[in-house]
Amino acid sequence: MSYSPEFLLESYRTMKTIRLFEERVIKEFEAGNIPGFVHAYDGQEAVAVGVCMNLTDKDVIGSTHRGHGHCIAKGCDVVGMMKEIMGKAGGLCKGKGGSMHIADFDKGMLGANAIVGGGPPLCNGAALSAKTLGTKDVAVSFSGDGSSNQGTVAEALNLAVVLKLPHVFMFENNGYGEGTGADYAVGSGDVAGRAGAYGMPSAKMDGIDFFAVYEATREAVERARRGEGPTALEADVVRFDGHFIGDPQLYRAKGEIKQLRADRDCLKHFRARVTGEGWLSDAQLDEIDESVTALVEKAAAEGLAAPQPDISELYTDVYISY
Amino acid sequence: MNNPQQVVTPPQSGTSSIKTMREAINEALHQEMERDPTVIVMGEEVSGGAGCQGQDDAYGGVFGLTKGLMPKFGRERVIDTPISESAIIGAAAGAANTGLRPVAELMFFDFIGVCFDQIFNQAAKFRYMFGGKARTPMVIRGTVGAGLRAGAQHSSMLHPVVVHTPGLKVVIPSNAYDAKGLLIAAIRDDDPVIFLEHKLLYDTKCEVPDEPYVIPFGEAAFTREGSDATIVAIGAMVPRANAVADKLAQEGIHVDVIDPRTLAPLDDEAIIESVEVSGRLVIVDEAHERCSLAADISSIVAEKAFHALRAPIRKVTAPHTPVPFSPVLEDAYMPSEDRIEQAVRDVLGA
Ligand SMILES: Cc1ncc(C[n+]2csc(CCOP(=O)(O)OP(=O)(O)O)c2C)c(N)n1
Ligand SMILES: [Mg+2]
Repeated sequence: MSYSPEFLLESYRTMKTIRLFEERVIKEFEAGNIPGFVHAYDGQEAVAVGVCMNLTDKDVIGSTHRGHGHCIAKGCDVVGMMKEIMGKAGGLCKGKGGSMHIADFDKGMLGANAIVGGGPPLCNGAALSAKTLGTKDVAVSFSGDGSSNQGTVAEALNLAVVLKLPHVFMFENNGYGEGTGADYAVGSGDVAGRAGAYGMPSAKMDGIDFFAVYEATREAVERARRGEGPTALEADVVRFDGHFIGDPQLYRAKGEIKQLRADRDCLKHFRARVTGEGWLSDAQLDEIDESVTALVEKAAAEGLAAPQPDISELYTDVYISY
Repeated sequence: MNNPQQVVTPPQSGTSSIKTMREAINEALHQEMERDPTVIVMGEEVSGGAGCQGQDDAYGGVFGLTKGLMPKFGRERVIDTPISESAIIGAAAGAANTGLRPVAELMFFDFIGVCFDQIFNQAAKFRYMFGGKARTPMVIRGTVGAGLRAGAQHSSMLHPVVVHTPGLKVVIPSNAYDAKGLLIAAIRDDDPVIFLEHKLLYDTKCEVPDEPYVIPFGEAAFTREGSDATIVAIGAMVPRANAVADKLAQEGIHVDVIDPRTLAPLDDEAIIESVEVSGRLVIVDEAHERCSLAADISSIVAEKAFHALRAPIRKVTAPHTPVPFSPVLEDAYMPSEDRIEQAVRDVLGA
């Protein structure tokens, strides 16, 4: 497959934005500027971006508690995201949602979700709208290895097959659901195979390989747009940080994270591939690094400077009318 | 802080020490598992580290409540599960029907949304539907409440939902001493018991006996005493009500603070007795006002002690909104000491 320089630059820019955004979120969390529970996405960038580079603003995604990367890949404004994560006025959800509940319907981002397994049934609904209204749009749900064990996910897989919905189930297998290994909790050890057994095509790929994710998703999305129904994908990825920021991660082997960061970094992988193929130069990528650094700096600065929500916001938005 | 011993007789002899609610609950689990080999613990991360290369018992529950159980009792009795709440609660109910006494954990009680059928249509109804044949001695423990900036899906107070369900007993301790005695009672109880732990209380401390003891269900505690007004407070609202009572006491206003401790059964007699004397009632409940325990208790008192009331009953509750993430909004959401104090002054002034 051949890729245009614009495509490659945009993909890299988005992956890098996620990486630097998450590193900044971790820093701000540790400095006490972010309340609550935050689950960082760094390490898994190639999946969010590899998937979303196949989507338009009218296609929708459903995300998880580890949703910042999905949001950025789907085009959410990082300043609005940072304000949201800090609980500030001007946040994408007015500071009422927080890290685990960022949504931006204009961008086709149906919401992060703090209920594990909450997303796939909802994405079936979005896919049903697309099918019924004949829009040719598709829905993609992101789920983890842990989430794949949830009954809601099993039901959603079957319904998607029964109704032939334009829904791509993307399972990001990072080896852990909190501090429990996928090797233990996924009984068959095979997330994609289990999903496929419901009666849809399924495929596994190396989730640190942007191109592998992009191409597998492309096939699944095209199939969905043609009205041929759902596909299940499983990306083998790595979690660079704790389950949540501050997780002591005692359950991980000593040196594991260092090793993963050295050997399984999707950004390093991307850079090596595109420069190796002669598609882009290091200088082009370095230039993006600089502009993304500035963007994330701006997001953090504006987030910190943003005012608290007005107390009256407590009572708004419960209903449309009551 | 609380002084629950003023109303609950501590067990006979024995040593005691200052413990957090977290430690008291952990100790109750250890002691009951030791006493009864049919007691098992199951849930997500109750030990942690299953299928991983690092340490076992890495979490002991995400809030550390079940720490140390797995090393002592083994993975056969301390079961880390996949993220599958319906399967967890269903298995606990079925095991309870057939010889075990499961203590199942819902990491956050909000996740009851995922498994409500296994609780509401299954465990709760067996005894009645099957004509008194079934026994379902299970406990479902879970963290409830706002205050940790955990957002709308990890902060609810859902006790009204379970109190509303016939067949379930519902416990909500407000301090470490009660937590231990009530959890032991819950584990020994032959009916399904919902045991709700408020996340803001885990680090609160008081004197707790080292040996096992039982606090019977349906017996409220008077955490403060006084005849000017009655405050009924639930869970994390109890320390707030106590603080208000202490402040008012300096002005010579003395109020009863009643902690029901179990919401089903509910010690309505204690509440009515107090209102018969004070004639003034404030109920503090972190649930939303509609169909809350505050609404429930208010209706009980209006029916049974109407003649004693000298002022309209005041309810201090959360608003009819989900729990907001923003700290300033979440703080405004929760019933505050200021709002409780104002309500007491209102009933006194009425
Ligand atoms: C219904 C429900 N159960 C449990 C949890 C607590 N929880 C949050 S994230 C998580 C692990 C999810 O693992 P996985 O799906 O693999 O996603 P990852 O965290 O690895 O991205 C758990 C158990 C929850 N939020 N919702
Ligand atoms: Mg995972």
